[in-house]
Amino acid sequence: MHKILIIGEHDGKAVNPATAKCVTCATAIVGADITIALLGADTASVAAQAAAIAGVKTVLRIDRPENEHPLAALFAPQVAALAAGYSHVFGPSTSFGKDLMPRVAALLGVSQVSDLMAVEGAHKFRRPIYAGNAIITVEADASKTLVATVRIASFEAAAGGGSAAIETKSLDVALPSHTRYVGTKSGSTDRPDLQTAARVVSGGRALASAENFKILYGLADKLGAAVGASRAAVDAGYAPNEMQVGQTGKIISPEIYIAIGISGAIQHLTGIKDARTIVAINKDGEAPIFEVADYGLVGDLFQIIPELEKMLSA
Amino acid sequence: MQKIMVCIKRVVDYNVRVRVKPDGSGVMLDGVKMSVNPFDEIALEEALRIKERVGNIEVVAVSIGVADTQQQLRTALAMGADRAILVQTDTAVEPLTAAQTFLALAKKENPDLIFLGKQAIDDDANQTGQMLAAIWERPQATYASKVEVGDGKAMVTREVDAGLETIEVDLPAVVTVDLRLNEPRYVKLPDIMKAKKKPLDVTSLDALGVSATVFLKTVKTEPPAQRQKGVMVKDVAELFGALKKKGLI
Repeated sequence: MHKILIIGEHDGKAVNPATAKCVTCATAIVGADITIALLGADTASVAAQAAAIAGVKTVLRIDRPENEHPLAALFAPQVAALAAGYSHVFGPSTSFGKDLMPRVAALLGVSQVSDLMAVEGAHKFRRPIYAGNAIITVEADASKTLVATVRIASFEAAAGGGSAAIETKSLDVALPSHTRYVGTKSGSTDRPDLQTAARVVSGGRALASAENFKILYGLADKLGAAVGASRAAVDAGYAPNEMQVGQTGKIISPEIYIAIGISGAIQHLTGIKDARTIVAINKDGEAPIFEVADYGLVGDLFQIIPELEKMLSA
Repeated sequence: MQKIMVCIKRVVDYNVRVRVKPDGSGVMLDGVKMSVNPFDEIALEEALRIKERVGNIEVVAVSIGVADTQQQLRTALAMGADRAILVQTDTAVEPLTAAQTFLALAKKENPDLIFLGKQAIDDDANQTGQMLAAIWERPQATYASKVEVGDGKAMVTREVDAGLETIEVDLPAVVTVDLRLNEPRYVKLPDIMKAKKKPLDVTSLDALGVSATVFLKTVKTEPPAQRQKGVMVKDVAELFGALKKKGLI
């Protein structure tokens, strides 16, 4: 039996779908006994959601006022204390997990398996390196705790309908005061979350201005899609950073990804190669995006988008 | 603020298309161009800008790697670092060993800030900065897109999935940098000449009292599964029809 602790991600109101994807990854380990730990100021409602994820046996609530914001320096010593008695500690490969988990691993005296994309055995995994240009199989020292971040684009979310036991746990861990949360600025929208959306419309440098970029929003809303952007579009200020898709942005796996005016640099393709279907619209027929697209259309995006929108409304 | 340490890694150049060896034993690195990890270049640039703004700060560039890593440290010196330290080793170290090595250097150098790139573009591990902060028992501010240094503390804006998060950390602290923090300067020829005269010390893991641990063994390296090239459609109507037929829209 392998006791697996998953550090759940949430915003106090909802459990991030990345958590259910970590559960799927954990269930791929034979004999997995899965616990989700939730750290927060008040995790009552998110604990109920996490308990409904199929395959989870126990949900641990670690509530204290200092846990209101997920600061790695405060969370890590608590997770390290929790880790005793577990063979594996998993977190999602999101900005939350990527910040936190290496700090946990260091406190436990181990290196981490980053971006775990496939389970080959309880201590044998596959992960990408060189922006996904190579995939390595790594074998970890089985005598130590295995800490990993799970590449969420590689796993489907576990189903609902579970009924895990919820336990409240208080940890006697002193927390540092050297790190303080100030605030978060986000362009909150009513559109689906980019990381978990089934449909994504994404724009690149060819949109040519922040003003023009907005035409994607209309198309996205018609499709019920999230909006993404290439690094070039974000660097040029057409779209905010949280929309960036690619090696250093978000790695996503929607049912359909519509790349508009994106040439398809390798770093961008790294972020989308798990998409079920890729559609590319670009005026340059030689653009590398067409090498990976299931459907390619060469033409002027400023004519194509309105035309496509019209057909969607018809 | 007196000293900033910047950790840099020698990696395969950003523009090289990395290929897997046919026998699956690794990637082809012979004769491939090597450079400073691009994120580490941004880290160094930020340190230099703080030095230019505040004045009277020593910037120390440090690295772990083979003897030829001196080339990348010379680049760092040419960009403007005051001196450099190479911890020379022929075997690649894991992130935890790297963090332990940087900790040993931090204990000698007592920097107010340690900058690193958020990840190296070879192993894409994204661990070393966080691990260093953990074992140094100091704050970490990862994925920085803005750094403001004040009296004994720093305000750091971080690129997170939800947008931009700001945290305040007491110094000393570890900051790992993201792409949009700055645009690194180009190195000019006179700076390259000047860099040759700057001090570059070479030490070893042994001398620092660090023993390299191997926790993860790479047993196989494979090329990624390739996506098949699809079809080109001639117009919007054909695209719409195809997507409709597949139930995608």
